[in-house]
Amino acid sequence: MCATCGCESKDEVSILKPGEVKNQDHLHDHGHSHDHIHSHDHSHGHSHGHSHGHSHDHSHHHDHDHKSTSVTVNLERDVLHKNDLMAERNRGFFEARYITALNLVSSPGSGKTTLLEATIKSLKEKTPLYIIEGDQQTMNDANRIASAGAPVVQVNTGKGCHLDSDMIHKSIEKLNPVEGSILFIENVGNLVCPSMFDLGETERIVIMSVTEGEDKPLKYPNMFETSQICIINKIDLLPYLQYDLEKAKQYALQVNPNLTFLEVSAQTGEGLEAWFEWLKSRIPKREKVT
Amino acid sequence: MHEFSIALSIVDIAREEVVKNNALGVEKIDLEIGKLSGIEIDSLKFVWEPAVKDTVLENAKRDIDEVEAVSRCQDCDHVFPAEYLFNECPACGSLLTVLQKGKELRVKSLTLKT
Repeated sequence: MCATCGCESKDEVSILKPGEVKNQDHLHDHGHSHDHIHSHDHSHGHSHGHSHGHSHDHSHHHDHDHKSTSVTVNLERDVLHKNDLMAERNRGFFEARYITALNLVSSPGSGKTTLLEATIKSLKEKTPLYIIEGDQQTMNDANRIASAGAPVVQVNTGKGCHLDSDMIHKSIEKLNPVEGSILFIENVGNLVCPSMFDLGETERIVIMSVTEGEDKPLKYPNMFETSQICIINKIDLLPYLQYDLEKAKQYALQVNPNLTFLEVSAQTGEGLEAWFEWLKSRIPKREKVT
Repeated sequence: MHEFSIALSIVDIAREEVVKNNALGVEKIDLEIGKLSGIEIDSLKFVWEPAVKDTVLENAKRDIDEVEAVSRCQDCDHVFPAEYLFNECPACGSLLTVLQKGKELRVKSLTLKT
């Protein structure tokens, strides 16, 4: 089983562009081998026979064969070290190319893909946009994004429940995003696991829709704690629901007082201007090199 | 959440060190896991045995230092036990508090058989 994402280690992760055929390009290398279950590194090869060719009249400890010593190695090694290392490499790549990388997280069905479709339609002529889609299976989301008109790569995690930094690393190799672009990473719909995995993103955006109940932030605090922006989506449905928008924001601020909010309807377009303005403000201003 | 895959990551780290130090095996592993690390320590203990079976950690003694979460107020310097990642200072009510301890998820040390 893969130690990073816990899925079955049969090369189930694939990273494809729409229309690309799956070949031997199974990218499941999280930077470690998959045979750790079968390792026999604790060697038995400590045979220490007594054929020294001399008598044993002198006092002789019978634990001569087992003369092993202990050495303590003070590691202080973070368990998610490998993911974090690759995340920093991704971060370095984004900084070098002045790319704004946004990690979109939410439960399934909150409207991430619809929001991206609306964003692409509005901004694609003004700024280069790239998308990394994450789902367990299917190319559905990537196909929607491709139809909207942006370059996209679909990561299928198989049994995996989140994207990790290695998947992002391989995806950006395929996408090769240009300088000054915005990269959207649509994480697997899951309000729990993605919170633990740094992808190297510039900012993390948590999206919750008004059909999910005001107390979502209290129930899933880790995700709200580790995000910087909170988008409340589907506000066009407010007249039909018993949803207290102010309370929802209050709960979210309780969990993370530093959150910034945007209230939108990806479907009707309400509130999206503020989102586009926010996006434009994130594009770093580069100084012209003379 | 992910305790099994976390255990396997720990096995990977142990194995790397065994190979690096030309050791025969691991006698003891010391882990440091904070109360706010996102890891359910009981679940980790539950999945430990199957995760370490047939690996360098199979017969190793395991010690888990469960680190209590502590926060410090940046306004009044008050240090207090933290319940969440973001906490209100009980002394002055400020939200400018910083978690000092409690998010650890690390292999503190390994005692290797050489």
